[in-house]
Amino acid sequence: MALTLTRTPVAPPLVRKRRRNGRLVMLLMAPWTIGFLVFFVYPLIATVWYSFTRFDLLSPPEFVGLRNYRYFLFDDPNSWKALRNTFWFVVFMMPARLVSALLIAQLLTRIRRGGSFFRTVFFLPALAPPVAATIAFAFLFNPATGAVNTFLGWFGVEGPLWLSDPALAKPVLLTLGVWGLGDIMIIFLAALLDVPVEQYEAADLDGAGPVQQFRYITLPNLSPVLLFAAITGVIDALQYFTQAAVASALASGVATTGGGTASSLGYPSGSTLTYPLWLYQMGFQNFYLGYACAMAVILLVISLVFVSFMLRRSAAFLGTEDLR
Amino acid sequence: MRAARHRNDRLLGIAEHSMAILLVAVFLGPIVLIVLTAFMTSGQTLTSDLWPHEWRLSNFREVFVEAPFLTWLKNSLIYSVLATGFMLLSSFPAAYALARLQWRGRNLVLLAVITMMLLPPQVTVVPVYRMWAELGLTGTLWPLILPNLVGDAFSVFLLRQFLLTIPQEYSDAARVDGASELQIMLKVIVPMAKPAIAATAMFMFFFTWNDYFGPLLYTSDEPSHWTVAVGLASFRALHHVQWNLVMAATVLVMLPVIVLFFFAQKAFVEGVTLTGVKG
Repeated sequence: MALTLTRTPVAPPLVRKRRRNGRLVMLLMAPWTIGFLVFFVYPLIATVWYSFTRFDLLSPPEFVGLRNYRYFLFDDPNSWKALRNTFWFVVFMMPARLVSALLIAQLLTRIRRGGSFFRTVFFLPALAPPVAATIAFAFLFNPATGAVNTFLGWFGVEGPLWLSDPALAKPVLLTLGVWGLGDIMIIFLAALLDVPVEQYEAADLDGAGPVQQFRYITLPNLSPVLLFAAITGVIDALQYFTQAAVASALASGVATTGGGTASSLGYPSGSTLTYPLWLYQMGFQNFYLGYACAMAVILLVISLVFVSFMLRRSAAFLGTEDLR
Repeated sequence: MRAARHRNDRLLGIAEHSMAILLVAVFLGPIVLIVLTAFMTSGQTLTSDLWPHEWRLSNFREVFVEAPFLTWLKNSLIYSVLATGFMLLSSFPAAYALARLQWRGRNLVLLAVITMMLLPPQVTVVPVYRMWAELGLTGTLWPLILPNLVGDAFSVFLLRQFLLTIPQEYSDAARVDGASELQIMLKVIVPMAKPAIAATAMFMFFFTWNDYFGPLLYTSDEPSHWTVAVGLASFRALHHVQWNLVMAATVLVMLPVIVLFFFAQKAFVEGVTLTGVKG
């Protein structure tokens, strides 16, 4: 639209204007360009190079071929465990957050009284700093005196060990993730309110029930937003670090600055050892930086699969038809 | 028939409101329990009584005695305020060029911004860490603050999404009046984009305030440079304090975020919405 405006047949002013524009654009984009080169392009290339080296920050990188990758695939006792744990969060936490957020947003569209109160309350936990929220959950799910087990006790149920039980630690973290669904919920709510009311009215007249309306009107209208939320959800899950680090350190009771000591890492029995945690441990606690870079390259490849999918669909959510 | 339908609607309405109220309990419950615990005596935190026997305001004072909490607060403020200010200086111009000017390669740059925004920071962390180590800045928060001088991908993206929603006619009208492109940006668009700038600044403030990975990576060996996030994570184990003080500290860390949110709720919610839907 704006494109046709500038492409007027009057030639001379156009040329002058474009040149002026060009200089302005260069000025405006200069800081970003420096940042892009220094903090993105160069580190990306360097990461790939380091991944073929032995590197400990003290001496210069020494080429070792594919040794880091071989170690990752065949010898590292934790690499597959970390990968599996991270995929658990991708496969379970991302959908759980999405579905819960959608259901709550849908509920909010139907609330007639106190809508803004409910909206604020459901959004609020998303603001809680992750460290603070994790500490709060570790306290609430504390096996001995936590509120959750106290509550279960009222019904004569003996509560489990939660964050100290290898089978339950990840589900507790999933609960924490669902609790903080506010940001996606707001996005879904805005999208739901954007669906033309006429479509529902027409469906109503045709006798479509709520389930059919959801299936044939709500979901198709929401699909770009859902896709965006799903992909950013996957990327967030791939980065899952803070909550796992803080929860394992607290539950193990070992003094640590978080993510730190080997004894609390992934507690209980490696069930919360996520991929970024293991990368941090190997790179910045053990200083196997070449190995950490090999792990980073593998993470890059996995992330790029999702990112490229997003970029291909980007015109849909960016609001630019001329993107391609 | 019609009466029955009316009654059904009312029953459904009641069910929905009851559901919402139940959910309020689930969502607010943890926050309420944290606040209650923050006021308890340390002895009471070991019992299963949820309501404080006596309200100990002094817990909040003790937090500052037990740990260098004031230093952590100061570090967090420095990190958040400088990062946010730097981010605006560098990211607004880039977002403006991406949203409101026509130039060759613009869409390619936009794709680069989105890729940077989406890729996990762990992917580039080792070489970046090495750069800062060679500059002698590891152990401080500068490696987290200074990069904002050269743009933050998420902020550029968010600001761009906002700026797209301002009708092109405003720029065109100013252009007809003989304003230069720079004047249009500073005199026309910046004033109109104030809510967008506020929202993006809040996102950045929250991100830096909540950030754990960054400060842990660069300052974990230097407690005097910790932020509240890192300090809070180590609070219980390192300082052997009881849950009441941990919860008091937790409340203190959450408070600024929540207060800021209530001051600028509208702009913030609008910002969240724009991160997910087309502009």
